[in-house]
Amino acid sequence: MSDTADTKQMAYIAAQAADARVNLEIETEGMTLNIGPQHPATHGTLRIVVRLDGEQVISADPLMGYMHRGYEKLTEVRTYPQVTTLVNRIDWLGSFANEVPFILAAEQLMEVEAPPRAQWIRTALFEMSRIANVVLFLGDMGVQLGAVTPVFFAFRDREFILNQIEAVTGGRFHPNFDRIGGLKDDLPKGWIDETRGVLKRIRNFCDEIETLVVGNEIFQSRTRNIGVIPADIGLSYGLSGANIRSSGVDWDIRRDGGVGLVHNELDWKVWTHPDGDSFARFWVRLQEVRESCTMIEQILDGIPSGPVMAKVPRIIKVPAGEAYVETENPLGVMGYYVISKGDLTPFRVKIRSASFNNVSITPWLLKGVYVPDVISILASLYFILGDIDR
Amino acid sequence: MIQLSSHEETTEEEIEIPKRDDIREDLISKLKDDLGESLVATEIIAEVDVWARVTKEAWLETAQILLTRYNMKYFNFLSAIDWLPSPFGRDMDAQVDQPEPVTPEEMTWGTTGGETRFQLLARVHDPENHLGISLKVDLEDTDLSIESWSSIYPGADWHEREVSEMFGITFLNHPNPVKLYLPGDFEGYPMRKDFALLARRIKPWPGIVDVEDMPGEESEEDEVDA
Repeated sequence: MSDTADTKQMAYIAAQAADARVNLEIETEGMTLNIGPQHPATHGTLRIVVRLDGEQVISADPLMGYMHRGYEKLTEVRTYPQVTTLVNRIDWLGSFANEVPFILAAEQLMEVEAPPRAQWIRTALFEMSRIANVVLFLGDMGVQLGAVTPVFFAFRDREFILNQIEAVTGGRFHPNFDRIGGLKDDLPKGWIDETRGVLKRIRNFCDEIETLVVGNEIFQSRTRNIGVIPADIGLSYGLSGANIRSSGVDWDIRRDGGVGLVHNELDWKVWTHPDGDSFARFWVRLQEVRESCTMIEQILDGIPSGPVMAKVPRIIKVPAGEAYVETENPLGVMGYYVISKGDLTPFRVKIRSASFNNVSITPWLLKGVYVPDVISILASLYFILGDIDR
Repeated sequence: MIQLSSHEETTEEEIEIPKRDDIREDLISKLKDDLGESLVATEIIAEVDVWARVTKEAWLETAQILLTRYNMKYFNFLSAIDWLPSPFGRDMDAQVDQPEPVTPEEMTWGTTGGETRFQLLARVHDPENHLGISLKVDLEDTDLSIESWSSIYPGADWHEREVSEMFGITFLNHPNPVKLYLPGDFEGYPMRKDFALLARRIKPWPGIVDVEDMPGEESEEDEVDA
C-alpha cells in the first residue's frame, strides 16, 4: 500500500471514529449518509454528504463537478454566435433564457439594439421558457414529498408550451434562436392565437396545483417553517430569483434596471412572501408562472410590427471592452461578464449562474434539520445541475 | 386565503430620480474618500456600469466598506481573469494539422487597466437601490494569494474555491480550502490561458471558427437584410 493510500485510509478511519462519538451525553452514534450522486431526489448528479446524529443533520457538504463541462474555457475558442449553442445547455429546462443575457452583453459591446418587434418576441419566449421550467418544478415538488399526481399534470401541460416554443424556434429544448441584433425568424402564422389557448391551459394547471398541492395539509406541514432563509443571509450568499423573493426581498431585475427586454412596458407584479421557508418558495414560483402568463398575453396583444433583425455584419467581431449583463432567469439571476479584445471569439466569459449561488447556501441551511426535510429543502431551492456545474 | 403582494412603488419611481450616472459618480467619489490611496483606478460607463480597481492590501477592507456603508448586501460573483494572450494562438479553435508558431502578443488589459497577469474580479450589488459595482485587484505572479472574502460575504466561499482550483490563486483564511469541481489529485489550473484545451489537440474539430464568405457572395451581403 502506497503512502497516499495509507493517509486516505487513516483519514477514513479518523472520520469513522469521529462519527461514532457524535453525542457523548446521550450516547448516540453518528453516521455519514451519502445522498447522490445518483439519487431520484437530487435532479442530476449532485452528491451531498450529510453527517447525521440520529435523524438530525450535523453537517452537509455538497460535492459537485460530476457534470462540469468547462463552458467558460470553451467560450474562449468559440465565436460569439457559437457560444449561444453552448450556453443553451446550462439550464436545460429554460434554455432560451440562457441565451438572452449573453446576446444582450454582446449587443451592449457592439452598441447594437434589436428592433422593437424582436425585443417583444424575445420577451415572450423568455417568459415561455420560464413557464416551461417552473411548471416542472411545481409538479416535481409534489413528487419529492410523496405526491405523484402533480408531476403528470406538469408534464402534460408543459408539452403545450414546448410545442409553442418549437413552432417558433424549431427546437423544443435548445432553441438557439437568439441572434446578436435580433432573432433568427419571425413568428409563424397562427401562433399568436394558438398561444392564447395554451396560456389558458397553464392557468388551469396553476389552479389545479393550488388546490392539489398548496391547499394540501400534508404538503403544508412538510414545508411550512422548514428551511427558513432570513433575507440578509440569503443576500450574502447571493441567492436570487424566487428563492430571495420568498424571503421578503422585493427585487426583480425584470422590473429593476433590466436591459434589452420589454418587461417595463407591461403591467405585472413582483410577488414576494415574508416567510422564507420551503412553502414560500413554492408559492412565489406558482404566482410567477401566473404572472408570466399575464405578461405573454399582453405581449401577444401589443406586439409591434417591423423587422426582427437589426443590421449587423455577417461576420461578428465584437469591439474590445467589458460588459456585464444579467437577467432574471427562471432559476434566478443569470449574468455573463464578457471580456472582448475585438476578436471573433470572446477573450473571457464569466458565467454567473443562479443555481451555483443558490446551492452554496445548503451547508448553512441544512445544518440541524431532519433527514426528510433535507429533501423538501433541496427541492424547494430548485436548482438544475447544469446550472451549478456549467 | 393568502393575500400578499409586492410593494407598488412604480408611481413613486416615476416622480424624480437622479440620473443613473450621477448615482455612480457619487458612489465613486465617496469610495475615493473612504479608500483613499487604495483605490487605484475607476471607470464609469454612464447609465450602464461602474468599475473600481483597488490594491491587494485593501481587498478585504473594500468588501467590508461596501457592505456596511454602501448597503451592497448582495454578493453576485467572484472570479479571476488571466490576461496572458493565449500562447496557442488560434490553433485550438481552427482545424489545422500543423499548429503554426505563434508570435507572442503584448499583454493588454481591459476596463480600469492593470499591471499583472492575474486579476481578481468580483461584483456586489445593492438590492434596494439597484446599483452594482465590479471590483478588480491585481495579483503579482510571485505571490498569488489574497485575503478571503468569505468572512464578510459567506457566498464567496464556493466562488473562491472555484477560482483557486481553476487559476491557482490561494485565498488566505478560507474556511474550507479544498477543490470544488476537480478531483483532489488534479494537476494544473485549467482556466489559465497556457493550459491547453486537450480535447481540441487530440481531435480536430469540424467547425472552423473563422467564418469565410460563401463562394460568389459579394461584400455588400455582409449585412443581414432586415
